[in-house]
Amino acid sequence: MIPAAFEYYRPDDLQGALALLHEHGDEARVVAGGHSLIPMMKLRMAEVPHLIDLQAIDALRGITVDGNRITLGAMVTQEEIIAHEGLATLVPILREAALQIADPQVRAMGTVGGNVANGDPGNDMPGLMQCLGATFHVTGPDAAREIEARDFYEAAYMTAREDDEILTAVSFDAPNGGQSYQKQKRKIGDYATAAAAVILTREGEHCTGASIAMTNLSDVPVWAEAAGEALIGTDCGEDAVIAAINAMQEAIDPTEDNRGPVAFKRHTAGIILARAIARAWSRA
Amino acid sequence: MSKKMQITLNVNGTRHELLAEPRTLLIHVLRENLGITGPHIGCETSHCGACTILMNERSIKSCTVFAAQADGAEITTIEGLGTPDSLHPLQEAFREHHGLQCGFCTPGMITRAAQLLKENPDPTEEEVRFGMAGNLCRCTGYQNIVKAVLAAASEINTAKEAAQ
Ligand SMILES: Cc1cc2nc3c(=O)[nH]c(=O)nc-3n(C[C@H](O)[C@H](O)[C@H](O)COP(=O)(O)OP(=O)(O)OC[C@H]3O[C@@H](n4cnc5c(N)ncnc54)[C@H](O)[C@@H]3O)c2cc1C
Ligand code: FES
Ligand code: FES
Repeated sequence: MIPAAFEYYRPDDLQGALALLHEHGDEARVVAGGHSLIPMMKLRMAEVPHLIDLQAIDALRGITVDGNRITLGAMVTQEEIIAHEGLATLVPILREAALQIADPQVRAMGTVGGNVANGDPGNDMPGLMQCLGATFHVTGPDAAREIEARDFYEAAYMTAREDDEILTAVSFDAPNGGQSYQKQKRKIGDYATAAAAVILTREGEHCTGASIAMTNLSDVPVWAEAAGEALIGTDCGEDAVIAAINAMQEAIDPTEDNRGPVAFKRHTAGIILARAIARAWSRA
Repeated sequence: MSKKMQITLNVNGTRHELLAEPRTLLIHVLRENLGITGPHIGCETSHCGACTILMNERSIKSCTVFAAQADGAEITTIEGLGTPDSLHPLQEAFREHHGLQCGFCTPGMITRAAQLLKENPDPTEEEVRFGMAGNLCRCTGYQNIVKAVLAAASEINTAKEAAQ
């Protein structure tokens, strides 16, 4: 389980990291927490002759709450998210989801930036960020730009980030309404068989807004816009939930793997979404 | 082979300087370069937790960190928690409550539990189970591990109160 040899760099600012990425092109990659990349390197599924460690770059750290706007530096760990009291009140779904990722040791290393930049359909943060309508901030050799989470994922491990760009932060507005992240997994620490992120707003008995995203049910996270629309104006009762599940089924495209055949995944996706809607509604 | 790099690690209060290839895993540096064999290698794939150590006061799996990333870090292993003559309350509790059988998972279990109790000195049973979820044991069925961690927590808390 020893990866191929590499040169190691630990630049202390973003410009230094960008210059190294530019210099080594395809042969270079950044490492954040390393808990997706190092396993791949050990299996020799990823070869990285030049490894650029982001740990010393202070500008990538820190959680900022500015009024309603929340910004998470790319190097914020899942553990830091869980421990942050402000976030727990402002965006409870973030903590709820982070607690369902891996195990404590992995969460101590794994970062938000790594989780969303990775492009693995099994990662939980991408779907969550699509549900929140988050913006990803990336900086390249010449300029910085913003990419919406809902436009970021192209295929498994393919994203809108260019190879010479570094993701610096993720930002979003604290959502109104009830929220829930529900995940079915084979055992604690496992990636999702199916997971759903749901945010609902309500006035009296009527749903006034809904955002729904699904994890590990396609080669990219799926923001199921039609599933959300199926709930708006309803009382989120049984018929509305069935309509939302049917719309969600149109949007996902699961494949058979060691988590089960397609029919099982679709079945699980439906149950998990119903559960997430019920929780979010009860909290709205 | 890539070039070796100079790496500094502070392990259990002792500063070590060594040469290692950047790709060397931290667990291998600890066990092979430094002879610190308390942390074990169970799976080498970040699942079992046998290699758990504290790095900069966080529980981590040392099979999934490169030596290069750890350069400059403060590290505590099971060897840094107690001595045969003066066991850490967790070590004492694991012995008392049969928290181990073969003992292979034990260094990782205790090192993880030590950090868990620092963050949450008075955990519920559920919090212990959730907080220890990254450590697997093939022998005990976990029951006695959980008992031992809870017993150590109350031991540590009683000692703290007595000291006040
Ligand atoms: C046992 C185990 C169980 C796990 N279970 C789950 C789970 O249930 N759910 C889940 O979501 N994840 C899970 N993970 C993955 C874990 O959360 C990872 O830590 C996370 O996916 C990646 O974050 P990282 O900081 O470790 O990134 P790294 O591994 O360092 O990087 C991942 C990829 O993203 C790129 N990258 C990282 N940071 C940046 C950046 N700032 N800009 C540009 N590119 C960047 C890297 O080059 C690399 O290609 C698990 C991991 C393990 C080992
Ligand atoms: S040896 Fe590191 S987690 Fe199993
Ligand atoms: S005591 Fe044998 S693996 Fe835990």
